[in-house]
Amino acid sequence: MQFDFIKYRRIPYIFSAGLVGACLVLIAVLGLKWSIDFTGGSVLSLEYESQVPSTQEIQRVISDMGLSPVIVQKETDKKVILKLPYINEQTHQQILSRLQETAKIQTGSEQFETIGPVIGKELKSKIKVVVVLSLLAILVYIIIAFGRVSFPVKSSIYGLMGTIALFHDVTIPLGIWALLGKYAGYEVSIPVITALLTVFGYSINDTVVVFDRIRENLIKNRGEDFGVIVNKSLNDTLVRSVNTSLTVLIVLLFLFFLGGSTLKPFSLTLIIGIGFGTYSSIFLASPLVYSFYKIKNRKNNKK
Amino acid sequence: MDSKTKNKFIAIALFAAVLSCLVFAQTINKGINVLKTKEVPLLEKIPFVPVKEFKLGLDLKGGSHLIYEADLSAIAEREKREAMEGLRDVIEKRVNMLGVAEPQIVVQQVDDKYRLVVDLAGVMDVHQAIEMIGKTPYLEFRQEKSLPTSTQNNNDEEMSLQDIFEGTPLTGRFLKNADLEINQQTLQPEILLEFNKEGAELFEKITSQNVGKRLAIFIDNALISAPVVQEKIAGGKARITGKFTVSEAREIARNLKAGALPVPITLISQTTVGPVLGKASLSQSLRAGLFGFLCVCLFMIVVYRFSGFLACLALAVYTVIMLSLFKLIPVTLTLAGIGGAILSVGMAVDANVLIFERQKEERKKGEVFERALENGFKRSWPSIRDSNLTTLLIALIMFSFGSSFVKGFAFTLSLGVVVSMFSAIIVTRTLMRMFLGTKLEKIKWLWR
Repeated sequence: MQFDFIKYRRIPYIFSAGLVGACLVLIAVLGLKWSIDFTGGSVLSLEYESQVPSTQEIQRVISDMGLSPVIVQKETDKKVILKLPYINEQTHQQILSRLQETAKIQTGSEQFETIGPVIGKELKSKIKVVVVLSLLAILVYIIIAFGRVSFPVKSSIYGLMGTIALFHDVTIPLGIWALLGKYAGYEVSIPVITALLTVFGYSINDTVVVFDRIRENLIKNRGEDFGVIVNKSLNDTLVRSVNTSLTVLIVLLFLFFLGGSTLKPFSLTLIIGIGFGTYSSIFLASPLVYSFYKIKNRKNNKK
Repeated sequence: MDSKTKNKFIAIALFAAVLSCLVFAQTINKGINVLKTKEVPLLEKIPFVPVKEFKLGLDLKGGSHLIYEADLSAIAEREKREAMEGLRDVIEKRVNMLGVAEPQIVVQQVDDKYRLVVDLAGVMDVHQAIEMIGKTPYLEFRQEKSLPTSTQNNNDEEMSLQDIFEGTPLTGRFLKNADLEINQQTLQPEILLEFNKEGAELFEKITSQNVGKRLAIFIDNALISAPVVQEKIAGGKARITGKFTVSEAREIARNLKAGALPVPITLISQTTVGPVLGKASLSQSLRAGLFGFLCVCLFMIVVYRFSGFLACLALAVYTVIMLSLFKLIPVTLTLAGIGGAILSVGMAVDANVLIFERQKEERKKGEVFERALENGFKRSWPSIRDSNLTTLLIALIMFSFGSSFVKGFAFTLSLGVVVSMFSAIIVTRTLMRMFLGTKLEKIKWLWR
């Protein structure tokens, strides 16, 4: 069975362009909600022995101490997460003892993180360096890897289309994150950035594998129409691309549903990123190379 | 099957068996224990397997990660590093008193600022620890108590320090400086003490009363040094001589300085995880990993039949190698690290998928079984190499980032990538070659 990716290439183009556009708008309008890793602040998570007191009550206890803003999130019936500005150890202990008065807190269940604004700023600038370095490394890799294919369009075109696909793979999770940040309180934290960088390293390969196959098929089937070759290469590598991503997605789904809450945002980002990465390497990268080839040909014929 | 393959197989099987013993030492020892109770002489001679535990990070066993910023404005530029080391010693002593197992205290320099990063594992009362760490070191001089001669039987060790020494008014705030010096004549290291004016007077008085006795120096109630007073010392300058090495003397001087010029520190970041919570997230992640592993196996067997089954065996070898490396290196396991390891389980079979798909193609082309098998491995190599290379590249860059989450993840992921290349290629190939020329080779549906 052969799918005709080339004939129907415009459908994913429209779908992806719409999605990326929507995500860019979401990021621009809603903005990304940065976690305390980058902004500084505190997160206190507690487990009560029986029932969590009402959100209003907790809110009242904290604001009585003159602290604001406070965000209270109920995770489960027993677990609650408080988000506060940066506080010192004394205030932390005060909060704990005041909350202890409202209902009994389970000992040893506390998780507390407070990050001074200085550390946040440092992490932000450090992660910028890491992101830039990773982008550069991938770019160098793309130049080397895609240099292998240079027919019937220049290798830089393969590289460009691969990069566009990569941009697509990262923009979509970020857009979804903007949406989740606004409506579900999901924050862009260090684990999320780590996951996005991993998507970078992982997703580019699916694309490279298809391009490698195009090169192989170009040599084997000299004189064949470029569209036919691209389509054949996509079909040749289809099962491989889907299966490799599936095995990774399987473990990630388990990590998301069963793993601890710390790993949830991390695995979710990876799931979205790797899912769209596989999709883009099949439906976008190679068809885009073909589209470029066709447009160029049409122009040449007109001359 | 040729003998080379057979040898390789035996080597891999032995390797995996030894590592399994290491990983599952406790379970195996339980089994051995049961055998020993059977009262069979031969069985009693079975030795126990040495037990080595996994090293868990703060987020898994509970604990605190504290970052302090030091205010070094009162200290000269070239002495800053040393002042921090002195502070580190003082705080390490305090933390040790709390009974924290293997505290980690590191001095960190960020631009022109100095920080102290304190990792306390398994502390129940973090609040108390924080309070103790935050105190400025308290240095004091104590003189020997005048004891009845009958009890003074040189049994110093049996008596507590409180019984021997009593406080004097001389404390750290009277000490101006302390430094290491090498005596030009004896070439022995000495510690030079310098008191301020008020301190000089006090010191003169105390030394005059204690000639021939010891004058002990305590920081936070811990004895630093107890030199014997040779004579009355006036002028506010004193020397501690004795048989210590340069590094011992340097440590004493550093500690004295920390008491003389206390460095105020402020807590600028804290991450505390309760021990209950840590345990829960460990078991959650391990369960996720186990189910993920089983499901990947199921998937591989359904899709690739017998080849898939062999890939699962290779994945088991992979898991055992990873777990042993965690124990042997040892890797401090954090949640992020376990996340990286679990992710790498999914990635480990990537190579197998690539190989099996190639083999399928080769068979379709009409290649005989053996050729298809070998070509599959050979032709999928560039793709396997490339895909692992990019992941490794990104992981290495991430590793350079300071945050412990990123580091833990990047480290286990890179480890996983490297180990998976071995398991997916060498182990799977050896296992598959075992079936060359056997009856199994002929059963087509096994090798889809």
